[in-house]
Amino acid sequence: MTTMTVQGSRRRKQGAFRRGVRRNLTAYGFLCGALICFAFFSWYPMVREILLSFQQTNFVDPPTWVGLENFRTVTEDSAFADAWINTAVFTGLALVFGYAVPFVAAIVLNELRHAKAYLRFVVYLPVMLPPAVGVLLFKWFYDPGPGLFNQILDLVHLPALSWLDSADTALISLVIVSTWMNLGTGTLIYLAALQSIPGELYEAAELDGAGLFKRVWHVTIPQTKLILLVMLLLQIVATMQVFIEPYLLTGGGPENATLTVAYLMYQYAFNFGDFGAGGALGLMLMLVLMVFSAFYLRISRDNQS
Amino acid sequence: MKPRNLSMLLAAGIVLTAAGCGSDSGGDKAAETKPGTAAADAPVTITVGCQPPKSNPLERTAWDEDVAAFQKLHPNITIVSKDAFPCINPDTFQAKLAGGTMEDVFYVYFTDIQKIIAAGQAADISPYVGSVTKLGDLRPDVMSVFKSGDKTYGLPRTNYSTGLVYNRKLFTQAGLDPESPPKTWAEVQAAAKKIAGLGPGYVGFGEYSAGNTGGWHFTASLYGRGGEMVGPDGKTAAFNSPEGKAVLENLKQMRWTDNSMGAKQLLQWEDLMRMMGGGKLGMMIGAPDVVQSVNNDFKGKFDDYGVTALPEAKASLSGGDGYMFNPKATPEKIKAGLLWLEYHELTPDQGQFNYERNKGQGRPVGLPTPDLYGDTAPGKQIVETRKKFATVPVEHFAPYAEASTTIQNKIEPPKAQELYAILDVAMSAVLTRQDADIDKLLADAEAKANKVLAKSS
Repeated sequence: MTTMTVQGSRRRKQGAFRRGVRRNLTAYGFLCGALICFAFFSWYPMVREILLSFQQTNFVDPPTWVGLENFRTVTEDSAFADAWINTAVFTGLALVFGYAVPFVAAIVLNELRHAKAYLRFVVYLPVMLPPAVGVLLFKWFYDPGPGLFNQILDLVHLPALSWLDSADTALISLVIVSTWMNLGTGTLIYLAALQSIPGELYEAAELDGAGLFKRVWHVTIPQTKLILLVMLLLQIVATMQVFIEPYLLTGGGPENATLTVAYLMYQYAFNFGDFGAGGALGLMLMLVLMVFSAFYLRISRDNQS
Repeated sequence: MKPRNLSMLLAAGIVLTAAGCGSDSGGDKAAETKPGTAAADAPVTITVGCQPPKSNPLERTAWDEDVAAFQKLHPNITIVSKDAFPCINPDTFQAKLAGGTMEDVFYVYFTDIQKIIAAGQAADISPYVGSVTKLGDLRPDVMSVFKSGDKTYGLPRTNYSTGLVYNRKLFTQAGLDPESPPKTWAEVQAAAKKIAGLGPGYVGFGEYSAGNTGGWHFTASLYGRGGEMVGPDGKTAAFNSPEGKAVLENLKQMRWTDNSMGAKQLLQWEDLMRMMGGGKLGMMIGAPDVVQSVNNDFKGKFDDYGVTALPEAKASLSGGDGYMFNPKATPEKIKAGLLWLEYHELTPDQGQFNYERNKGQGRPVGLPTPDLYGDTAPGKQIVETRKKFATVPVEHFAPYAEASTTIQNKIEPPKAQELYAILDVAMSAVLTRQDADIDKLLADAEAKANKVLAKSS
């Protein structure tokens, strides 16, 4: 009797499992597709890169293990410190500009009564341009001769700037490009967050006599705190990998003033043919970014719970 | 769609994707021969890089005609041409090697050859290269680029020594004589000043300073002045010398005292080409291939440009391109590849030297490059035919051609790209900062270069 009950229970469980699998087959199918894509295009390259950082390879013969030699190569390079300092400064400046500007733009767009759709389109337009096109457009803006920016400075009787051609202004010039290119995405995300704030809160604040700045300070910022934090972390992770701007505009110069970690990594791998050293530098960058990513996951999880 | 059907579709898709990933060279494998098993006349298929792209129909037609003619001569050899523009891309070179899609006979610039040899990424063709009939006539300095010790790893296609490219039209406008281009750096400086004086936007002398091109041109100028990049053993830097200092002093003076180099700096390869093509740049370091590129790709006209020897040149940095062999290529493929290279790149009046056809196609003929054979019989034959079918103003390149016969060509230093990256800093400093301390810049660069060279030895 007991045996029959156990067998019946097992059969019921198996049946429920099969039904569950059958019911979710489509979902599993999609999951497989996503897993395969991630495995091929994200996880495998990541594992390969980690292995590469401890190896020396010419892609012809089997790679040889060299321990920490590649890490020694990159840390002993005088450009190593320059690259990390520039990356940190770029990230800091990109946060000051790239973080604040889209938020302010979103608040302004949210407050507007007219031409909302048109202005949203205008703000988002740079995102639709291929990054290389956007960057090369700025190459002309920054031209010290007939460039747009110096023409504008000339119009208002201000002295011309060297922009990319001076070690003092080159990095900030790249930050401006980066801010312009990413403005649209940030603004739209902030705008969505702003529009989810209940209107009653603003009405109550208005009844209490709060002006625009007080409404922003006491209602908007507290209500969008989470999205602001998430965007901050995502932006740190994205801007620390800056590559295309120095690659296309300055070649890392002048005097290494715009040499970033990602650009140095490219130099090692593709210009010097040392993929091991490039991999080592990549792994260092990955570890730093993982710290910020861990914060991001923590915040997301806390929010869900 | 039912879940079962969908999962079958997904499974089929995955299998097909996996099959697609693994079939990159399936077509070629059928025709491959295993090492040591094929007879000399067994059928062999080779892939060859740098077929002109479809966007260049004239050169592509000529290439295809040559392939057909060659295959008729050698019915057992099948050539699979691989087109690309540019012919080599540093970003994909390693990936092609890693992915097994590198051509059997692949294209290289002189700059990369020693790096490729040191990395073991090209086959040693010494046992087979003796079959090339005119091997002994090839210029030893050009062949030395493809050698390491007594081993040979490739063959040249074009070569040039560095000179001074100048805009004849601007020379005339500035009151200078285009028939008498500068012979000294003082003359270059004076001419640059006059050209820059034509008005806003005019640049007398242009120079690179980013993306490793600054270091490359520093080397060209240094060699011209008789300096050395590395010591005789190749283990220490030698550019922190009076010659190295003179290179930077000269640039600093032109940039800041004369204001003849324009405000826009951090220029890379394409920037100077565009400026030359736009007709606002007076002079730059370069070779006749610069004029060809300016004419073909940057809207310049052959008639407006001339090339002369590098001022005061004691030696000249040599450049060019050629072909190497996939390290996994079988002996049969290497032998077939050598036959093709001899046919297409190294035989007078044939392949790239078929000047009669080139003229008929309306392509430029008459530039004094390549000069693969120097003063030997095939060299003389090439020069003669080139003169006969010339379509470009040959006299505009005469000063360069004359000087080339006496100026010693020098190959690039070891760890060239690393040294160029280091020297980019000094070049960009001098061109973007008026108070740049040349002694300090050279000393810093020397210390960094010594580290790199010590590691490589």
